[in-house]
Amino acid sequence: MSQQQYFHQGSACALPIDNVDTDQIIPKQFLTGISRDGFGAALFYDWRYLDDGAPNPDFVLNQPQFQGVSILVAGHNFGCGSSREHAPWALAQFGFKVVVASSFADIFYRNCINNKLLPAQVSTTDLKRLTAVCEQRAEAIKVDLEQQQLVLSNGEAIPFSIASSDRDQLLDDCDFIGVAEQHLDAIDRYENDRATTVPWFMPLSFTV
Amino acid sequence: MGMTLYEKIYDQHQVAQLNDSTDLLYIDFHFIHEVTSPQAFAGLKQAGRTVRNPVATLATMDHNISTQNRRIDGAGEVSQQQLTALQKHCREFQIPLIDITHRDQGIVHVIGPEQGITQPGMTIVCGDSHTSTHGAFGALAFGIGTSEVEHVLATQTLPQQRAKNMKVQIDGQLPMGVTAKDVILAVIGRIGTAGGSGYVVEYCGSAIESMDMEERMTVCNMTIEMGAKAGLIAPDEVTFSYLQGRPRAPSGDQWQRALARWKTLKSDADAVFDKTVHIDASSIRPQITWGTSPEQVMAVTERVPDPANFPATEQQRSVAKALEYMGLTPGSLLQDYPVDVVFIGSCTNSRLVDLRQAAAVVKGGRVAPHVRALVVPGSAQVKREAEAEGLADVFRAAGFEWREPGCSMCLAMNDDIVPAGKRCVSTSNRNFEGRQGRLARTHLASPAVAASAAIHGYLSTNPLVSGEGLI
Ligand code: SF4
Repeated sequence: MSQQQYFHQGSACALPIDNVDTDQIIPKQFLTGISRDGFGAALFYDWRYLDDGAPNPDFVLNQPQFQGVSILVAGHNFGCGSSREHAPWALAQFGFKVVVASSFADIFYRNCINNKLLPAQVSTTDLKRLTAVCEQRAEAIKVDLEQQQLVLSNGEAIPFSIASSDRDQLLDDCDFIGVAEQHLDAIDRYENDRATTVPWFMPLSFTV
Repeated sequence: MGMTLYEKIYDQHQVAQLNDSTDLLYIDFHFIHEVTSPQAFAGLKQAGRTVRNPVATLATMDHNISTQNRRIDGAGEVSQQQLTALQKHCREFQIPLIDITHRDQGIVHVIGPEQGITQPGMTIVCGDSHTSTHGAFGALAFGIGTSEVEHVLATQTLPQQRAKNMKVQIDGQLPMGVTAKDVILAVIGRIGTAGGSGYVVEYCGSAIESMDMEERMTVCNMTIEMGAKAGLIAPDEVTFSYLQGRPRAPSGDQWQRALARWKTLKSDADAVFDKTVHIDASSIRPQITWGTSPEQVMAVTERVPDPANFPATEQQRSVAKALEYMGLTPGSLLQDYPVDVVFIGSCTNSRLVDLRQAAAVVKGGRVAPHVRALVVPGSAQVKREAEAEGLADVFRAAGFEWREPGCSMCLAMNDDIVPAGKRCVSTSNRNFEGRQGRLARTHLASPAVAASAAIHGYLSTNPLVSGEGLI
């Protein structure tokens, strides 16, 4: 077990909608910046705010019982669409540490891992159960990454799956690019070989 | 056991194994654009890193620019900030940039192939999900996030896990008036928006073989809309003749060597696919989406579905939600709904073939008085060619706006926005809620169907039935 017993402990809310795309998570009008910050306030913007900019009282994140949630229980195929990494940035900056879904879109999943946001994949049946628990009130959940389970307040454990390499990346403090840099020799060798096998792939100069 | 095309390309690019499931893959070419790159450059600088192979990188401006003019401040101050940041980063790291006024400027997935950069057997990435477009050349091409953009800039590699293989075989002849866009919409309707998750999809069959490169790009472009990592089409004579003579394609001796290698790039006869889907081309009709996900699609002549006819309650709920957003009544015919906006453009359908198909429908007609219609060519080159061929005149004479190249109303980051509650027939790739503007209602369709909607002023009169666009 790593230093702390749980990857995260927090309360959860449900957003039981399938195919939530990254345009919903963070609409394009917020992609015009050049920094990685400031996206939390725009999370789920079109659902979270009314036309006049006031909070939409019907949206889950605006309801008093769900203030301070850090675990999002979503639907099927969460994060589909655009590759924008602004989506996990917005989720993380809002305060989410974990997203639970029955499946994730590939690019979004990878972006989550690279931002230490845990995409926890559970079965469709378990997702239904979990959604039912979180729909009325914020459920306190302990996220055990070692055992790959979500422990509910009544002690019930719901298993989730994650590749071991992804789990390691979430737990490790090491720099993602640094790992590849340990293989610089191999990259050099590969590039040298290619200069003979596929020389036309290697533009020596490229002026535009 | 034989190998699939995907497995061959993957193996040819393996630089190192990082752990049981992850390999370090070499990336041959990296496209970047203004929206998903600034934070990557900031990260590089913060870590004191540099760009490993600037000439294997090409930067372009497309998402955020005005399509009314070629000015860097054309789409306002905020977008200008991103554009000047890109200029600055390209200067600093010596990355070639196709600037906003460059004669080859355009949408990243249009100009890469156009310049001959996209070639069979390559690995290509871009911080943009529609990078799948380049798979039409038998290149392994996929979209990545900004952290990965930074990784590729720094190391020219990316950690990858092997995807599963899916074969989508489409045989037979497409009915008259049915285009590549209808084919891919029908495939997505069949497979679903998550059906391709974890897979690389290889398209094959006689209907694919008889498509030209631009049509193949339309098919591969929307592969991401079924959640697949990438789409692939094995290179053949059509591919080779498209490439020959392009500015960045190999020439002379190199051309012969390249050709010999490219000809080996196909799945072996005994290659094993994890999943195979067969589709009869002759059964495909012109398609249009009715909902807020590309899988919510039907033939233009069908009736809007009734939520009650879906088996699961979740489905019923999501169909009802989509219909409410779209302002459609279950069981109605789309031809009864007036159209407000028609957009012909995007990396899916903004190439010369697309504009020809649309112009064939438009020719001699007038855009209906209540419709605002625009054509946004995918690149400056497409624009020049379309003007030379007289297509621009056809559009302008009919009352279409004829714009400068860019992403435009595909994602509405500039001022090309569909107003709230308005209905748009669009040749782009995503009908997500709010994609073309808050509360905008998007119907995805082919250039021919979109052009027909512009002229008639109503959704989807069927160009197949009315005999329009028979080219
Ligand atoms: S045209 Fe649309 S889908 Fe294509 S790259 Fe631009 S914004 Fe993305």
